[in-house]
Amino acid sequence: MTGDPTRPLLMVEHLTQRFGGLVAVSDVSFSARDREITAIIGPNGAGKTTVFNCLTGFYPPTSGRLTVSHCGRSWLLERMEAHRIAGAARVARTFQNVRLFGGMSVLENLIVAQHNKLMKASFFTLAGLFGLPSFRRAEVEAVDKARYWLNRVGLVGVADWQAGNLPYGAQRRLEIARAMCTEPRLLCLDEPAAGLNPRESADLSELLRFIRDQHQIGVLLIEHDMSVVMQISDHVVVLDYGRKISEGPPEQVRLDPAVIAAYLGEEGDG
Amino acid sequence: MEYFLQQLINGLTLGAIYGLIAIGYTMVYGIIGMINFAHGEIYMIGAFVSVISFLVLGAAGITWVPLAVAVVLVVSMLFTAVYGWTIERIAYRPLRGSTRLAPLISAIGMSIFLQNYVQLVQGARVKALPPVISDVIVIMVREDGFKVSISYLQILIILLTFALMVGFTQIILRTSLGRAQRACEQDMKMASLLGVDVDKTISQTFVMGAALAGVAGVMVTMYYGVIDFYIGFLAGIKAFTAAVLGGIGSLPGAMLGGLTIGMIEAFWSAYFSVEYKDVAAFAILVLVLIFRPTGLLGRPEIEKV
Amino acid sequence: MTGGGAETINFKSALREAAIAGGLALLLTLPLIGLKTIETSHGLVIQPHFADVAVTVLLVFMGRLGLVLAATGLGWPVLAIAGAVTAAGWLVPFPTDALRWLDIAGGGVVAIFASLALRSSRVGFDQAERDRRMDRIGARLQDASRLIGPAAVLFALALPMLPFANRGVVDLGCVLLSYIMLGWGLNIVVGLAGLLDLGYVAFYAVGAYSYALLAQTFGFGFWLCLPLAGVFASLYGLMLGFPVLRLRGDYFAIVTLAFAEIVRMVLLNWTSLTNGPVGIAAIPRPSFFGIADFTNSPAEGRLAFHQMFGLDYAPIHRIIFLYYVILALALVVNFFTLRIRRLPLGRAWEALREDDIACTALGINSTNIKLAAFAIAGMFGGFAGAFFASRQGFISPESFTFIESAIILAIVVLGGMGSQVGVVIAALLVVGLPEAFRDLAQYRMLAFGAGMVLIMLWRPRGLLAHRDPTILLHVRKSARQQQAESEARG
Repeated sequence: MTGDPTRPLLMVEHLTQRFGGLVAVSDVSFSARDREITAIIGPNGAGKTTVFNCLTGFYPPTSGRLTVSHCGRSWLLERMEAHRIAGAARVARTFQNVRLFGGMSVLENLIVAQHNKLMKASFFTLAGLFGLPSFRRAEVEAVDKARYWLNRVGLVGVADWQAGNLPYGAQRRLEIARAMCTEPRLLCLDEPAAGLNPRESADLSELLRFIRDQHQIGVLLIEHDMSVVMQISDHVVVLDYGRKISEGPPEQVRLDPAVIAAYLGEEGDG
Repeated sequence: MEYFLQQLINGLTLGAIYGLIAIGYTMVYGIIGMINFAHGEIYMIGAFVSVISFLVLGAAGITWVPLAVAVVLVVSMLFTAVYGWTIERIAYRPLRGSTRLAPLISAIGMSIFLQNYVQLVQGARVKALPPVISDVIVIMVREDGFKVSISYLQILIILLTFALMVGFTQIILRTSLGRAQRACEQDMKMASLLGVDVDKTISQTFVMGAALAGVAGVMVTMYYGVIDFYIGFLAGIKAFTAAVLGGIGSLPGAMLGGLTIGMIEAFWSAYFSVEYKDVAAFAILVLVLIFRPTGLLGRPEIEKV
Repeated sequence: MTGGGAETINFKSALREAAIAGGLALLLTLPLIGLKTIETSHGLVIQPHFADVAVTVLLVFMGRLGLVLAATGLGWPVLAIAGAVTAAGWLVPFPTDALRWLDIAGGGVVAIFASLALRSSRVGFDQAERDRRMDRIGARLQDASRLIGPAAVLFALALPMLPFANRGVVDLGCVLLSYIMLGWGLNIVVGLAGLLDLGYVAFYAVGAYSYALLAQTFGFGFWLCLPLAGVFASLYGLMLGFPVLRLRGDYFAIVTLAFAEIVRMVLLNWTSLTNGPVGIAAIPRPSFFGIADFTNSPAEGRLAFHQMFGLDYAPIHRIIFLYYVILALALVVNFFTLRIRRLPLGRAWEALREDDIACTALGINSTNIKLAAFAIAGMFGGFAGAFFASRQGFISPESFTFIESAIILAIVVLGGMGSQVGVVIAALLVVGLPEAFRDLAQYRMLAFGAGMVLIMLWRPRGLLAHRDPTILLHVRKSARQQQAESEARG
């Protein structure tokens, strides 16, 4: 089930991303392990989201190597198209400003997430058009999976609502559920606690722990909310101005003078 | 060589006209991100107004050419500006902040309406006007008698376009109106928070673009001498191509794009085939969008994820 | 805002607003309406029509004044005057018919506004309120379509047998069904996949020319050419799709338009193949499934339709047959769309329309999905084109101008994107109404353009924009209930 224990699930080596003259990320290396929650933190503009966008194929990195390894195989993400990163390398993500299919129902959002599997089951639509039993079975399974995750994130009651009509916190949870429906090995969450109230934050921490422990996958998250980060992460990477300034277990990072300087410095400026 | 030179002159003239229309597309697209589909019709209306004004002036006995041309230019700019303002006010402003499709559909509807309105009130037949300026300067003569010439009209078109270009660039760069336009282009919400009257700025953009299209209408009337209610569609698409080719949102880009399209059209008809000259223009549009979507002078943009 | 006559009526500001509107109307109409250019034997001359301008300005002034006054509480007098003005449209002589219609329409609109103002003590509704009302109607119609749908199909099936069904009616039915089919086909690309295709007519053209050329050159029959036309149009879609599908929004729209124009110009200029602007005439008509021909005197060894069924020969047999062919084709497109919405491909289309970046992040290859939409919609467009060629018996590039694309797009967007019923209603409005008012033919496109603008202003999402989920976890609720719930929440 798990990959080669000596190889981390995700290895980022010397990642650099330039936009014109601006260096958004500069020579960043870190790794994220299976069954661990790795957090990337840092002040605004530190390049966290850019790292994510490189990882998930939305920006082609200027240089560097991004490797995902599991099930005894490795994928070089910097050479893959975005949809293959999600489909083949099994890296799923959420977005800083939630990107749901707002006009579609909650359940449909989760079914669309299982597109590739269903597409095969429907024999690229043909079997589906004629309603063959193999496709109907696959669809029942897909609904079961969706129901499982809806239960997990507490959205069963609103499964048939339009996703765009959900309250903000529920939309965030739905986005995580949707990402999980793609059966990822690495789940990348871009500020999942942003805009949540303390209770919702606590629920989120609970959910992420559950995902790590029960589904045994790696979680990579960008977060501003330090309480969430310190509570649940196993490993923390700190970025500032596109560079990595610290890395380690949360207790250690919290006491790192470089980190304190970066955060205090930011507050001093603001 | 001589033949080439002649085509260059013709291409420049044609390109100047396309460039003037393209500025209207590029400014509107830059500021509200929509294709003003009815812009080609404004140009067509400009051409009709110029024909009418020439006839009225002729009937009134004003035949001194410089005065007549100046009056016609001003009159056409005035009326097309009113059309530009009205169209924005009626068909686009209420749809601002609506779905992406709605203003485009509304613009297409407006374009169809204006075309048929002009056809209805002015008739469907081609309007022909005798040349207003017909003198030419012969630049050189080939042995076989082929003359390379530039007409006063061509000189007028090129110089006027150049002057308008310079004038408008100065407006954008130096006046408060230009600053407001650039601010809206960057971030409309922020601009309005900072006290820029967004509605007014957008209206003025439409008025400016329409006035330039009006000038192009006058030029085409004098250059070709025949117009009809349908000329706006093709010229509109070509000018839009020019705007895209130059890099949408960029004023010099629109002019450069216009000149390129004019040139391609002139050379294509001269050396290959007249029939496919429009196909050439469209093919350029497709190729540019595929290989360099930001155009020649456009800034690359990074899609925010 | 409460109105009801309690407020002081500000005549001065109302007059000023009306004067501004009138002045604007004067500027807009003075050169184009007031000074008509007339072609004479010795060049153009100007013919003044100042009376037209004066009447237009007066009408605009009164209309604006009426609207403003109705809003401030003078509902009754405005209603009375507007009614009188409308009536005057029929009684008083007008300089032109166009002005008469302007008078009638304008008077009618003001009267409607005034009576609305009387009923709800305000003029019109704000956008949100209007949208909610239309949403409710849309939801109700969606529910009703479960009954209306089959009823409409039954009616369409029975139409040629009905007593009033003469040749004209069945012909109109064919035209309407063609547009409905095209609308449903384009709906796949625009309504479901969210790709604004301004050049759908190109598929139609490819289909029509494929049929015409195959039938004339190789003597293929209609029933062989129909699938081939679909295949060619589909291939055109794929060819077009590869380069343009990565363009975003408006650029995509304009490139599809450019491609459609390229296709039309090639058809115009490739004279050796397409016969250029003259077009292709004497295109073979479809036979009765290859078994029998629709003719009075069949060729040697062929059977005639009326002989086969022992009927008297009548030319309407063929028209009725064509009617059923297009009805069947349209229904195929409809059922396909209804079905595919519940399949992974259709759901991916809709997801793509909502957010293509999120789609990519879920591992969906959006290029393939878009290509599929293009190819399938193209195929249906090709079918419709082949049908068009066989019904007309004559085609030329004239029939495939941008305006056709605009009409089809208008049907899709006005009806409410993605709504199957909406397409039918919009087709009835856009194609049916002008056909019904043939004597006003010269105002037809004018009204069409104005209608597009007005409907967009009134309801930017289209008349019947309502979407039912394609799969439910809980028991089905009617669209009306859902609408009520979402209003309660929102």
